[in-house]
Amino acid sequence: MPPVTPLLAATHRADWVVFGVAAIVILVGAVGVVASRNPVHAALMLVMTLFGVAVEFVNQQADFLAAVQVIVYAGAIVILFLFVIMLLGVDREENIAAEPLKGQRPAALALGAVVLVELVTLARVDQWSTGAHSGAGQVTGAGDNVTKLGQSVFTRYLLPFEITSVLLVIAVVGAVVLARRPQRSADELTDEEQKEATA
Amino acid sequence: MTVPGAWYLILSALVFGIGAVGLLIRRNVLVMFMCVELMLNAVNLTFVTFARMLDDIGGQAAVFFVLVVAAAEVVVGLGIIVAIFRRRADATADDLHILKG
Repeated sequence: MPPVTPLLAATHRADWVVFGVAAIVILVGAVGVVASRNPVHAALMLVMTLFGVAVEFVNQQADFLAAVQVIVYAGAIVILFLFVIMLLGVDREENIAAEPLKGQRPAALALGAVVLVELVTLARVDQWSTGAHSGAGQVTGAGDNVTKLGQSVFTRYLLPFEITSVLLVIAVVGAVVLARRPQRSADELTDEEQKEATA
Repeated sequence: MTVPGAWYLILSALVFGIGAVGLLIRRNVLVMFMCVELMLNAVNLTFVTFARMLDDIGGQAAVFFVLVVAAAEVVVGLGIIVAIFRRRADATADDLHILKG
């Protein structure tokens, strides 16, 4: 254990402050996603949570993932959500107080509490980690985070990496197929469209 | 290691719980989807935390793959949602019983 110098103590304090602020941002955003009536507000609250998670990533030496988190999640996925919300025009407010299924909400809250208690208990009752290493490399040590993560992904995890490319192709093809309007056969066309087709 | 990993794990358990509750109580399909994203992010945070606690970059590599899968999932999911909304204007999860026999 190295002696606690004033500089080290200040770093510790800064780590705690960053953790606390980001945790509050994450939790406020998460509650906002669930509680906003307007889907657009929910999407913006989601951005807040994602940004807070990126800050926690930086606080844990995952610099590359923090950047990717902001670029991919906040920059692409949430924008996709907003596009769909605004294209479909479903941005009207939902009546959140109306409960279609009686007793569903208390049951859901109870289930959520059970999940939470279970997670925390499971984390506390036993030592789940064997401490064995995956052989992927270390987080600390010489070199920057991007280099180490890149080396790991392109050597130890090369096959999974290649498989994700297949997955992305499937997703693109699936999205195109789903978004395409189905071709209508001739007998489904309206009279005007049939006239146009024969003209 | 200044902030103990347990704090991060409790934070992500909270976010996971909030996401799960949101998935159960909201009826707007898009908001339900966002709650799934919340849960995915909670798990990503645990991966990064364990990567730091065990000093093993494998956890960060796992997050990398989760990000890819989440992006693919959102693309296909939103495609399905657009296809459903094209059929019927006001689709909450309760109204979707096309598959009902």
